[in-house]
Amino acid sequence: MAILIDESTRIIVQGFTGKIGTFHAQDMINYGSNIVGGVTPGKGEQQHLGRPVFNTVKEAVQQVGANASIVFVPPAFAADSIMEAADAGIKYCVAITDGIPTQDMMTVKNFLRRFPIEERMVLTGPNCAGTISPGRSMLGIMPGHIYMQGDVGVVGRSGTLGYEAADQMRTLGIGISTSVGIGGDPIIGSSHRDILERFEEDPETKVVVMIGEIGGPQEVEAGIFSRDHMSKPLVAYIAGLTAPEGRRMGHAGAIISAAGESAAEKVAILKELGVTISPTPSAIGETVAKVLARM
Amino acid sequence: MDIHEYQAKEILMRYGVKTAEGGLAYTIEESVQRAREIDGNVWVVKAQIHSGGRGKAGGIKVCRTHDEVRAAAEELLGKILVTRQTGTVGKVCTRVYVEAGTHIAREIYLCFLIDRSSERIVMIGSGQGGMEIEELARTNPHAIKKIFIEPAVGLQDFQAREMAFALGVEAAQLPHAVKTIRGCYRALRDLDANMVEINPLVITGSGELIALDAKMSFDENALFRRHEVAELRDKTQADPREMAASDHGLSYIGLNGDIGCMINGAGLAMATMDMIKLAGGEPANFLDVGGGASAERTEKAFRLVLADKGVKAMLVNIFAGINRCDWIAQGVVQAVRNIDMKIPLVVRLSGTNVEEGQRIIAESGLPIITAGTLAEAAEKVVQARNGAVAEECKGI
Repeated sequence: MAILIDESTRIIVQGFTGKIGTFHAQDMINYGSNIVGGVTPGKGEQQHLGRPVFNTVKEAVQQVGANASIVFVPPAFAADSIMEAADAGIKYCVAITDGIPTQDMMTVKNFLRRFPIEERMVLTGPNCAGTISPGRSMLGIMPGHIYMQGDVGVVGRSGTLGYEAADQMRTLGIGISTSVGIGGDPIIGSSHRDILERFEEDPETKVVVMIGEIGGPQEVEAGIFSRDHMSKPLVAYIAGLTAPEGRRMGHAGAIISAAGESAAEKVAILKELGVTISPTPSAIGETVAKVLARM
Repeated sequence: MDIHEYQAKEILMRYGVKTAEGGLAYTIEESVQRAREIDGNVWVVKAQIHSGGRGKAGGIKVCRTHDEVRAAAEELLGKILVTRQTGTVGKVCTRVYVEAGTHIAREIYLCFLIDRSSERIVMIGSGQGGMEIEELARTNPHAIKKIFIEPAVGLQDFQAREMAFALGVEAAQLPHAVKTIRGCYRALRDLDANMVEINPLVITGSGELIALDAKMSFDENALFRRHEVAELRDKTQADPREMAASDHGLSYIGLNGDIGCMINGAGLAMATMDMIKLAGGEPANFLDVGGGASAERTEKAFRLVLADKGVKAMLVNIFAGINRCDWIAQGVVQAVRNIDMKIPLVVRLSGTNVEEGQRIIAESGLPIITAGTLAEAAEKVVQARNGAVAEECKGI
């Protein structure tokens, strides 16, 4: 099972023939992801990495049955590419691009809402490392080898901190069903809560780890969802205890701008909601191990 | 990106928002000249710095003669102002805005910003302006009106009227209030702003609606298509190290501790700083070197961290995904040699090509302390920092 992607996912790469797109497409192919082609407007009918290039996402959907896409298109054009994927009937899109204007993402989200929910494309990112269902499919830029297959679901904003967590778990012999990077921007395709809903429905996932950070209301919303609607235990770590108020910590969305957005406040609220907190970033693996041992 | 009050006012005036007559001055003479150009017998000299709370910090001075204007400008220009938002370092005031005094009958609060929860622009207003909106939200949340704007159609007049009435605007002022509200919204949309705040928006004794203060903040990610906004950046208002970092494509934020950090990825950087704190240390900075950390970039990052003379020890924590540990290790060794680094350095590498990276560090013969895990790295750097401080004390 796993969520969002598995062996059957038919992937196209948007921004396929560019330097970054090419590098990561090859990496995903090496991992075993089912890359069925790519899109670069104006380069249709060519072959790249042994796969067909299409001018439009629609053609890729019609001709090779693509149902997922990954976007490496530069920030100025990325929102357009995401909307093209949604319009063409792609079911799941990962946007890797960092630096998309916030108002463009507002337009994207508004565009997606026009589709009835059962037809609506699921978007994760932008500004994320992507999604991996270890041993099955990788739709992202992460080092695939650090993820062991298993039954813990992971959702997080940050790329490298997600790697850190996966690595700690692998060291302890804990595997992952799917790891989803939702991205560090203020407006993103899917929230922590959206991904928790999917993990709750996935029979293979037993425990979920949420890696959050300062800024925005999402971690607390996820905590409320976990208390009210989840049967599976939720482990959380919130980065940024030392972050000063009002400063943007690297990620566009990592800024404490309202009450309840600091790491300490989020941790306190999540604890109250019954979420198991990993007290430090180096204790994520062992905290998960403890929760698993109790089951 | 923040801009100055006078710049925000110039923008908003183009969108139909009224402000008091005013002019910018870089020198004392210019300040007096601005006052002469403006009719009336009351002027306000306002320090232009990127911070709220200027009034309480002595950055806004009401003057009744040209000599008072001169004295106010003399006091403010070149001065470092410390407000509740600037931290102890403060911000330097290199220019003042000289404005005609306004007879205030009522103060109103008006703000537009991008709301992350609803993923829409929200308009926030209160009939009780002049005070901190956070403070008002705590003490009297019912006095705050919020209206969400549908992105597909934008702000509608009925919404602007609804806000105007909630703000207690009288019928005679309604058309201008609607124009002001629409202008702020349009400015935010057209220029990729994240925030437009007028606090206070005042109703004058003669019934006019005037923006007495104005603040705008812009989306850094959209500056590539807003050149006219990008040109408004005032480098004197930012930490010089942060400016140098952004010129090299690095994300750096100076903090108050003494343990320098170089990390890849914003989330891992924040987590590593947390670990340092939990181990009993204080980070001197946040620094994300990003994905493709070449040897050259690594050296630049080292120089940036070590430019802070207060740094007593440094930690490098890299989890290589796109990066490779051997590249990073080479960069670290090269940087330490080129800079002739004197303070203790702890390096933790993990991920792609980690064995090769560790071998390069070990064979370099440099006194680099290595760590296998995040926890170990944090403990070792705090120990090294404490050792370095103890040595210094002995020296004295």
